[in-house]
Amino acid sequence: MNHTSTAERIIRGLLLTLVLLFFLFPIFWIFLMSFQTNEDILRIPPSLFFTPTLENYVALISGRLSTVAGDLDIAFMRNLWNSVLLSSLSVGVALILGVPAAYAFARFKFRLGENIAFTLLSFRFAPPLLVLLPLSLYFSELGLSDTYLGLVWVYQLIALPLILWIVRGYFEDISPDIENAYRIDGHSWAKTFRKIAIPLARPGIAAASLLAFIFCWNNFVFALVLASADKQPVTVGALAFVTASGIQYGQVAAAIVLSVTPTLLLALYAQRYLVEGLSLGAVKG
Amino acid sequence: MYRRALPYMLSLPALLVCIGILIPFGTAVYYSTQRYNLSFPQARGFIGLENYIDFFSDSAFWNTIEISLLYTFLTVVLELLLGLGIALLLRTPGRFNNMVSILLLLPLMTAPAIAALMWKLMTNPNFGVLSYLISLIGFDDFRWASSPSSALFTVVLVDMWVYTPFIMILLLAGLRSLPRQPFEAAELDGVPRSFVFFRITLPMLMPYIITATLFRLLDSIQQFDIIYAMTQGGPGDKLMVFQVQSYLEFFQYTNVGRSAALLMVLWAITYFLSNLFVKHWLKLRERAHGNA
Repeated sequence: MNHTSTAERIIRGLLLTLVLLFFLFPIFWIFLMSFQTNEDILRIPPSLFFTPTLENYVALISGRLSTVAGDLDIAFMRNLWNSVLLSSLSVGVALILGVPAAYAFARFKFRLGENIAFTLLSFRFAPPLLVLLPLSLYFSELGLSDTYLGLVWVYQLIALPLILWIVRGYFEDISPDIENAYRIDGHSWAKTFRKIAIPLARPGIAAASLLAFIFCWNNFVFALVLASADKQPVTVGALAFVTASGIQYGQVAAAIVLSVTPTLLLALYAQRYLVEGLSLGAVKG
Repeated sequence: MYRRALPYMLSLPALLVCIGILIPFGTAVYYSTQRYNLSFPQARGFIGLENYIDFFSDSAFWNTIEISLLYTFLTVVLELLLGLGIALLLRTPGRFNNMVSILLLLPLMTAPAIAALMWKLMTNPNFGVLSYLISLIGFDDFRWASSPSSALFTVVLVDMWVYTPFIMILLLAGLRSLPRQPFEAAELDGVPRSFVFFRITLPMLMPYIITATLFRLLDSIQQFDIIYAMTQGGPGDKLMVFQVQSYLEFFQYTNVGRSAALLMVLWAITYFLSNLFVKHWLKLRERAHGNA
């Protein structure tokens, strides 16, 4: 397979260039737009050359937008903060709930365990609105619609299956002999779990947490249905942004850049684990 | 006694979460058998399967079925072909190829709703760079998502942008894990490349292709984020896929019963698909962990 002709190399390179263009151009373009003034954006033909401005970011971060028609408040920083809070709390809760359960499913074969694991897996694939719409009625009755607590609970639907299935796979790969030896030394079960099992499964736990964080961050429909205006994450906030009057396109672009940067950085950092995580442990990367 | 109770204690919190999901699910099933409109609470009552029976004579329902299936079919087939193509291009490990495969993950890690927003800015008729570029090759008045004739094309394109990398990385992982011997033997024997591809590569890659396809089928038939963020199901009813239609049915027409029934139909489809998926996936997982 090593004797590739020059013609083939050229075609290969050409195709890859097209592929890269299609997948990276949108990110590149929006990034440029976020440094442009409205005049630059509206100029036809669009140009790669312009004097970059930080105005859009300043307006978003300060939360105040001065226009000819007067000042406008932007709550985008609040959305960003909500995303941080919701995603990290959800992953934290999912870890507390999921890691011990994953351990139990990996070490002890019991019927209830399989049932729980598969119920969670099947809801990973069920239409989210089926659960969300009735919940929206419950939430307003229970007074949960205005709280982070309600959202974090529902976000378990995203985070928990990931943690459970990926971490379980890691626990299964660890030989129980090591744990047994430690137990024979007279250590309690809880100590064995803490000192032996968890450290050995750490890469799996880290990978699952990063992925769960990314998926929580990227989620849109949960918060769209359940979150009140001041609890909305960036995905919902950015959309509301487009339709809001007085907002300029450069600010929308800047908002997009701010909302995707954290997940893209995490993804680059965690890329080794992505294959395994995305296939819920079915394919090893 | 303590040892026997231990696994149950450990999994209790996860069990509670399951119950927490099953309650609203049960409620949705119940709503689907009711005449229940939030604007007319006094008319609420049990009507059995009437919501479902009404679907048969409802053109909006058939439109939803048609659009959802078309969307699913187009996205999955196109993404599979493109994803396989890219995976084959990147097959040999090397610095450049690895870097490309990592960069291609970026669209996949962009929130789909945000991705739709990005494309919306790029296809804006006043300043969108894509609107401009396409006018250069003669499509002066191409309206992308706002025209009924190109709306489906546009959202399929955005879906491809986000999810093709998903198929690509699964298949790339698959390709790189294939044993070398059959390929070396084929090369020694001077077997033509098309034969190698169709008779060796493709069959050996099949488990990965099936996994990727089932994952995408299940996600695509439920697509909401991209379509809702892009056009809210419009123009007209051009993009009223299952979840968008039931969302609007619920929040715009406050018709809880009908919305729930529609979601139950979607659930039945996904239930069938996810059963296929779980069977296949368990086999694959066993192998992955067996080899580890």
